[in-house]
Amino acid sequence: MSSELKPSALTRREMLLASAALLAFAATGATPREAQATPAEVDAAVKKLTNNAAVKPGKVTLELPEIAENGASVPMTVKVESPMTDKDHVAAIHIFAEGNPRPVVLSVKIGPRAGKAEFAIRIRMAQTQNVLAVAVMSDGQAFSAKKEVKVTAGGC
Amino acid sequence: MAAAQVRVPSSAKKGEVIEIKTRIAHDMETGMRKDSAGKTIPRLMLKSFVCKYNGTPVFEADFDTSVSANPILSFFTVATESGKLEFIWTDDNNVAVKEEASITVA
Repeated sequence: MSSELKPSALTRREMLLASAALLAFAATGATPREAQATPAEVDAAVKKLTNNAAVKPGKVTLELPEIAENGASVPMTVKVESPMTDKDHVAAIHIFAEGNPRPVVLSVKIGPRAGKAEFAIRIRMAQTQNVLAVAVMSDGQAFSAKKEVKVTAGGC
Repeated sequence: MAAAQVRVPSSAKKGEVIEIKTRIAHDMETGMRKDSAGKTIPRLMLKSFVCKYNGTPVFEADFDTSVSANPILSFFTVATESGKLEFIWTDDNNVAVKEEASITVA
């Protein structure tokens, strides 16, 4: 890799790489400024959806690929440990993406009728980032899991 | 445009936890993309989903823009009684797509 920048001396390979990068950028259809929620926005969204509960790590399993080649459709499975009885169950599960234009991905409302606190869906990821899952229990306690996903081609 | 498919076991034992799989064809347009002419493509997302078991909601979801196009969603429910499961997706214009399945519980 040459450290000198001489546009006229770009090899064919470098040109191709540069145009591929431009295309990938164009495909996201958003400018970098509007392409990311701020950490403050994520925090605010978590507080709002958990009713200001203290969010503790644990009980939640977040299954996502280590590397997502296509950010437009990333398979995600969320599981929460819970007996799912009338008295003790998961009431809601919220998913947040720290590097997407909007902080909340989706919110799921379940209850004892679910039998099992688990669901799977496909999500969009604009760039390499952390995904955060927060489960709110029937007693108001909140538990979370976080996972980093490396995104090869963003898809928001 | 929005064709939905659901997969529910046709029969189950009472109390059994069953998996339900759903899929719907939808662009999930975020309102953040631009067309080739540089014009913003208007937002049109499915904003919510509900599964009702004999009229009682057993799984509900609110979607934001980070849910992928043509979303595949799977979840679980307890087979409580024979009857009908309804699946309703609602978009930004409050247009609903409905699908249903029946189950026999012994």
